[in-house]
Amino acid sequence: MSNFTGNEIIHQYLRHNKKFPHVLCAGCGHGIVLGTLIRSIHALEIPKDDVVVVAGIGCSGRLAVYVDFNTVHTTHGRALSFATGIKMANPKLNVITIMGDGDALSIGGNHLIHAARRNIGVTALVLNNNIYGMTGGQSSPATPVGSTTMTNPYGQLDNSFDTVELAKGAGANYVARGTVFHVNKLEKIMTEAIERPGFSVVEAITPCHTQYGRKNKYKSPVDMYKWMKKTAIPVERYNELPEDKRKDRMPIGVFVERDRPGFEESYQKLQSSFLAPATKGGK
Amino acid sequence: MPRRKKRKEIFALGNEAVVEGALLAGCSFFGGYPITPSSEIMEIMAARLPKIEDGVFIQLEDEIASMGAIIGGSLAGRKAMTATSGPGFSLMQENLGYAIMAEAPLVLVNVMRGGPSTGLPTCPAQGDVQQARWGTHGDHPIIVLSASNVQECLDMTITAFNMAEKYRTPVILLLDEVTAHTREKIELPNEGEYEVFSRTVPSMPPEWYKPYEETVRGVPPMPAIGSGYRFHVTGLTHDRNGFPTQRPEEVVELMDRIHRKIDQFFYDIQLVEEIQTDDAEVVVIAYGSVARSAELAVQQARENGVKAGLLKLKTLFPYPRRHTEKVLAKAKTLVVPEMNMGQMSREVKRVNMGQAAVRTINRVDGQIVTPAEILKVIMQG
Repeated sequence: MSNFTGNEIIHQYLRHNKKFPHVLCAGCGHGIVLGTLIRSIHALEIPKDDVVVVAGIGCSGRLAVYVDFNTVHTTHGRALSFATGIKMANPKLNVITIMGDGDALSIGGNHLIHAARRNIGVTALVLNNNIYGMTGGQSSPATPVGSTTMTNPYGQLDNSFDTVELAKGAGANYVARGTVFHVNKLEKIMTEAIERPGFSVVEAITPCHTQYGRKNKYKSPVDMYKWMKKTAIPVERYNELPEDKRKDRMPIGVFVERDRPGFEESYQKLQSSFLAPATKGGK
Repeated sequence: MPRRKKRKEIFALGNEAVVEGALLAGCSFFGGYPITPSSEIMEIMAARLPKIEDGVFIQLEDEIASMGAIIGGSLAGRKAMTATSGPGFSLMQENLGYAIMAEAPLVLVNVMRGGPSTGLPTCPAQGDVQQARWGTHGDHPIIVLSASNVQECLDMTITAFNMAEKYRTPVILLLDEVTAHTREKIELPNEGEYEVFSRTVPSMPPEWYKPYEETVRGVPPMPAIGSGYRFHVTGLTHDRNGFPTQRPEEVVELMDRIHRKIDQFFYDIQLVEEIQTDDAEVVVIAYGSVARSAELAVQQARENGVKAGLLKLKTLFPYPRRHTEKVLAKAKTLVVPEMNMGQMSREVKRVNMGQAAVRTINRVDGQIVTPAEILKVIMQG
């Protein structure tokens, strides 16, 4: 697929005459994630009317406004609670949330845990750039120990969250991690995540050079992509590595594939057990 | 209204009556988190909604998520509600502001208990009145209703849904623990005996649709997510297309419209009950369970030869200024009994502007205001 063809697909899904230029910085990876999402939805042939993109607050939160789907830009950390309501109200819709690391893991951590526990049929994209970008580069729960940030000028002391382990432990049906460098793999993961019933979590590692890289010895955005290339390793190979070689490597790929029914499915089942046959089959 | 058919009577709690009212009004979505003294509303919804076609009940992880979920349900076309009490009400404030900005109709029932903080579970209070008006940040319009008995719990819940749908706004129904936990006989209205209003959906093709367009009523039509009208919903200040804007003229257009759509319909929104106020020289202004005590006190005062009356507030905000000004034409004294330190009396004084003497009765000890207490103040004149 040439770049030209790729863009043609993307252009069909952007609100190109409405809301550009965008807010993202040069070197940002968020646009790549959005492009990937569009290609996944295109590949799955889901009509635009049936897609709901629910975003939180932050740079990632702004992505929703650019795409020609049903889009909801919610409050900080709460995207999943809005998404839960939309999915329960109309289970036929494909509901996808876009959240940042601060959004999903800090202020919205409780919602992420419970969306996973409940296994609601929503796809959660966590765009992890290790920092609060929009507010000016403060530490997030995904900022690596030792990093310099505006709120940890002497180096980050507290540990960071592992999104994958968190989602896995909380009970999501599908958990995967990709990077914006390994974009084809990310697209494959995202497509699988959207297709799978129940709760899916995709962590997309994306660079923030403006607020994180510059202050942490990445001279240019390119260095950050090189870092991804160097540290990312397929989870299958990662698992074969001896313990001492695992340090500083980041496993990517699919970590969990379960087939438990989504919450909305269980609820509909309960509901249809009450309703007389004549009224069965409501949405 | 002439009776065509005998109404069904039930012996119900205030909280049960709220559920009956909600279901009559077409509520099909409840999201909530348990908290005393509102929990019965959630428990009964949990039993009832799954048995109704399309009825959705969901217990969320906290009150923040409860508001998020019902806004989601509302955007997807449902009549949605939640119920809570003081601490939960505080947690809901952020997303309540979102619902105002996104113009998502919903009903939030707050059964007030003593505060601040965990306060007095589960004693009655009316301490959340000003929070209901100003709890979420920023300048905003809001409709706040109340009920003083179990029948009113049902009636005002229907009204709350109708106003939410008519004006595309969240509506807060403030109950107090006494009203919510009183059990008495009420009548369920028959079909056709009560009004049910549902939001206006767009009639134009999707490509013509502007989600936040100016209209005569100030209320733009609202399609359900997934119905073919794709648009952007945001809590950011937005233009007519729903896209974020910081242009002063667009910001002011939005702010003016969301205020105007409530303000200009004051005659429809501001509901009161006037009891013997026509010639009253002493008028009690009360709401919630306190209004019941006040009604008895007014009767007893009349028996003692004092021209007393009661202005029972069913709408707390926007404050019924017109009705207050009307009683001020005759009244020399206004008595404002409340189970708080004087939250509604601020509004009364604001409208009174020194015309009549305003006497307040305030209790914050978790006990009701008794008729005797009110009578004593009325008799002082």
